[in-house]
Amino acid sequence: MSTVTHTPGGLAGPDQAPPPGRTPAQRAAVGGGRAGGRFFNGFSHLFLAVWAIMVVYPLLWVVMSALKTDAEVIRKPLSLIPERLQWDNFARAWTEGHIGSFFFNTILVLVGSVFLTMLLGSMAAYVLARYEFPGNRVIYYMFLSGLTLPIYLAAVPLFKGVYNTGVVLPFLGPNKHLMLILVYVAWSLAFTVFFMHSFFRTLPTAIAEAGMVDGASHSRLFFSVMLPMAKPGLISIGIFNVLGQWNQWYLPTLLMQSVAGEPKNQVISQGLIELSVNQGYRSDWSGLFAGVTMAMLPVLIVYIVFQRQVQSGLTAGVSK
Amino acid sequence: MRHGVARFVTGFLALPVGLYLFYVVWPFLQAAGYSLTDWGGYSDRQQFVGLDNYIRLFSDELIRKAFWHNVFFLITVPLFTIALALFLAFLLNVGGREDKAGIRGVFGSGLYKVIFFFPQVLSLVVIAVMWQQIYRADGQGLINGMLMKIGLVNQDDPITFMYDPEPFLGVPAVLWWLLLIAVWSGAGFYMVLFSAAMQSIPKDIYEAAILDGAGRFHTFFRITLPLLRDTVSVAWVYLGFIALDMYALVFVMTPSQGGPNHASEIFASVLNFTAFQKGQFGYACAMGVALAIFTILLAAAQLRITRRERIEY
Repeated sequence: MSTVTHTPGGLAGPDQAPPPGRTPAQRAAVGGGRAGGRFFNGFSHLFLAVWAIMVVYPLLWVVMSALKTDAEVIRKPLSLIPERLQWDNFARAWTEGHIGSFFFNTILVLVGSVFLTMLLGSMAAYVLARYEFPGNRVIYYMFLSGLTLPIYLAAVPLFKGVYNTGVVLPFLGPNKHLMLILVYVAWSLAFTVFFMHSFFRTLPTAIAEAGMVDGASHSRLFFSVMLPMAKPGLISIGIFNVLGQWNQWYLPTLLMQSVAGEPKNQVISQGLIELSVNQGYRSDWSGLFAGVTMAMLPVLIVYIVFQRQVQSGLTAGVSK
Repeated sequence: MRHGVARFVTGFLALPVGLYLFYVVWPFLQAAGYSLTDWGGYSDRQQFVGLDNYIRLFSDELIRKAFWHNVFFLITVPLFTIALALFLAFLLNVGGREDKAGIRGVFGSGLYKVIFFFPQVLSLVVIAVMWQQIYRADGQGLINGMLMKIGLVNQDDPITFMYDPEPFLGVPAVLWWLLLIAVWSGAGFYMVLFSAAMQSIPKDIYEAAILDGAGRFHTFFRITLPLLRDTVSVAWVYLGFIALDMYALVFVMTPSQGGPNHASEIFASVLNFTAFQKGQFGYACAMGVALAIFTILLAAAQLRITRRERIEY
């Protein structure tokens, strides 16, 4: 317990610091508190620590199991300390388990899809928030309605549509990166437009008007004035989209299917599902654990480094 | 000038609206159309059957089962997640020492927040695959292994988790185990959300309450909780959507994706089963439309129920 609770809070953000304006001496003078308060303080620590362990322990167990031999996973499944660190589990998962190519595909898709989602989403949101024209409301509500509709409903026609497109334009057919990028963008637009729309509404109009007086064109005004002003909103929605698209599993499972027998271009979530289904036959436990570890560590590390931005970005996504 | 605006608006909207229409709106409209036919999905033969598919929904045993499972998640996932998240946020923010400046947050609350948030950044698939190993129905699983070690579980009679269709409180055990994962992964996020909301409540409200002699429990239940009402109701709506979307867990973790013996079927899994295993696309589309209508009604109802006058401060 103490290792969890009393690690020097290097990770703690400044907002968690106790309220200012009180010297240690003053605190010591009143710090005793009532006995009930002290008991409650102890109880809080205990409960929080138990929950923290419940969160961390499974993750740690997965990482440590990834460093064991298969025999050890079966013989001593619970131990957190491997007899010898089996780094080649990772190498095996990377090449034979295809985690390497899953990563490559995921990153290739995400670079394109996140960039395009942000660009197209804020362009549409800006125009809808700032310009009056017939059809404005219709388009806005069309985007909004996408938030409530379940993706499964569209699955069959979506696959059919992609398949048919692939007949005419092969690079937009099933199992193609560019197709998945465009599908991700389309499915992320609803929330991005909704979020950025409310953000652009809050920006002051005076600056935009000044820009117009200075003779800036509409698109120049957007790219060099409004977009930079919307940076906090862009960061929030950017984090939201990166995580959301990294975690997407249904669309790739549906669309990255091989139609002509060529190898599938799987992304990481999709690949992990397949790995976990197949390992039932090959029983490469440590390889599976290594795969899961490699899928979760990069995200966790990025999160720990940018934890304040990620937390506020994701919670802002909900409270808007 | 006016001409320029029209060109600018069209130019900015063309690409996003085009993509959205092609990949989102059009499939939805097609699905609504197919739901009125008996299309099998693989042939080009399809016949208009009117509302037959929808009438069939009401007498479908599997759908009824899936519907109640959805309702189960819809109630329990928000209920347990919010309760736990509120409790954790309460401990975090008022569990600390008491002094003249009032009641402070617990020591190390920043670190707790970072840790509790972990599951939120992991993908549902990673969580599912990980919990599959934790829930293994033999000594190799984390929970069974531990319980066997301390002698709470017999070596030959392990907990079967995902393979356990026996009802507990009228609901198949496998659903309770899935619920535990959902709460485990969601609680931290909502705790951070509630914590942030608690910290935005002005300090002088608390100071006034403490001057009046209110203790930490009183201040929490009489001041903090009522002021958090908005945030909690937003969380409820979001968790409602998540509850409808338990499909990833069912898909990865349960035997034959909805098993054992259909004990963990939800709308989405029945839909996928009907479309891709049974090859009844028309009927599956009708399920999807029904689910969409259900979702929209639910969202509207939730927004209505939870709407109340805002308290500004």
